Amino acid sequence: MNNFLGRKIYNSLIFSILLVLFSLLVARPGYGADEEGENKTAFIMHHIQDAHEWHFATIGHTHISIPLPVIIFESGYGLRFYMSSDFVDEHHEGIEKDGYYINEHGHLMSKDESLSFYDISITKNVATLFISVTLLFLIFLTMGKRYKQNPLGTPKGVQSVFEPIIIFIRDEIARPNIGEGKYEKFMPYLLSVFFFIWFNNLLGLLPGAANLTGNISVTLTLALFTFVITTFAGTKDYWKHIFNTPGVPWWLKFPVPLMPLVEFIGILTKPFSLMVRLFANITAGHIIIMSLIALVFIFESVYVGPISILFGLFMNMVELLVAFIQAFVFTLLSAIYFGLAVEEHHHEEHKEKLENSPA
Amino acid sequence: MDLITPAFGLIFWQTLIFLVVLFILGKFAWKPILGALKAREASIDEALSLAEKAKEEMKQLKGDNEKLLAEAKQDRDKMLKDAAKLAEEMRDQAKNDAKLIGDKMVDEARISIENEKNNALGQIKDQVAELSLQITEKLLKKNLSEDKAQQGLIKDYMKDIKLN
Repeated sequence: MNNFLGRKIYNSLIFSILLVLFSLLVARPGYGADEEGENKTAFIMHHIQDAHEWHFATIGHTHISIPLPVIIFESGYGLRFYMSSDFVDEHHEGIEKDGYYINEHGHLMSKDESLSFYDISITKNVATLFISVTLLFLIFLTMGKRYKQNPLGTPKGVQSVFEPIIIFIRDEIARPNIGEGKYEKFMPYLLSVFFFIWFNNLLGLLPGAANLTGNISVTLTLALFTFVITTFAGTKDYWKHIFNTPGVPWWLKFPVPLMPLVEFIGILTKPFSLMVRLFANITAGHIIIMSLIALVFIFESVYVGPISILFGLFMNMVELLVAFIQAFVFTLLSAIYFGLAVEEHHHEEHKEKLENSPA
Repeated sequence: MDLITPAFGLIFWQTLIFLVVLFILGKFAWKPILGALKAREASIDEALSLAEKAKEEMKQLKGDNEKLLAEAKQDRDKMLKDAAKLAEEMRDQAKNDAKLIGDKMVDEARISIENEKNNALGQIKDQVAELSLQITEKLLKKNLSEDKAQQGLIKDYMKDIKLN
């Protein structure tokens, strides 16, 4: 199963990279480095990245977009509140406001470069975050209420949709990987992270929606949550296994702490892989679909349309699957890491028994 | 490069919101849901084990009933046999009793017949003795006169005896 998933992830990554390269190659030599040629695929990168406004479409010179709040925490001043529309003029060209401006990459910059500030704007991704969390609350709080009112009743409506998934996470992910009796305290996190990723993966597939789970900041935060929980859940055994791995020759540990170093790097690579896996898979999926659409603009032919639509549709279907698989993989791997952290080892006991035995 | 550069703002919001999600869903969704699932599973398990137990009890009850039935059957057979035996005994007894009574009655009858016979014989003897005396008296009276007359006389007396 893992092998299959791994290969699938790997394949989709390679495929997406090839496609991006292909689209860039097609776009660049044909049109040189001129403005038009870049614009043809620029929307892909524009889509998969965060932005201060929620841009839907540009028809002619009219930009259809929702302005979003821009919040700046400036040291020595405090919070500054603006709207993203404050930073553009009527022609949608960037303008300056109170010494701040949004550059061509969509970053909020200060004219005074010595000024220290934090951009905590409600960007497109943050807005999506609010929407998806509202959806999560709406669904699961309703569900929770129903279970509270009638705990032994048969599941109805939304309950019958999500109950099998909740049971699946409990019985197929948490129980076997963390262990009976220890999995309960990790269930809230596993369920939350699973539904958060799954819902956002699906929401990201909607036209005009943000690419939240394909954003490195989001996956970094989620991976950090898993890392922090793993670290705090770690038993004495877990740390002993890292810094003084039993069953390893002493010379791998003593003058040069090779094994402890490798094990320690292992602690960090686990969340790092979680972060990259989710980010790369979702972003790759978006890039593929976008690239297929971009073919129409690159070839400037209406006859490419059916191909784009067919392949785009196929990719969208695949992405529906990937949305679930990635949420599942993130949850499964988190559960495996928690399981490793709380695992009880019996090496010592075995050894003692062997030494104590008369033979 | 922009693609893989984490943004502070998004990390900030993501951390904040995800903590809220963990707290709110953990408290108001996952806790009741997981609790209810556990309770439901427990109740199903209990119901199943109860049903199994009831089945077991039924089985035992059935066994008991069969045993009871077999015992009752045995008892009935025994009772019937006893009754038959008793009836036989009673019949034999009655037969014996009847025979005894019959025998006794026959004996009594025989004794009384004997007695009657003896009585009658005694009376006959007395009568015969008396008659003999009378005949002898008359004979003795007539004998002295004539032979012929004597015989006729005896004949007459004999006739009288027969009539008697």
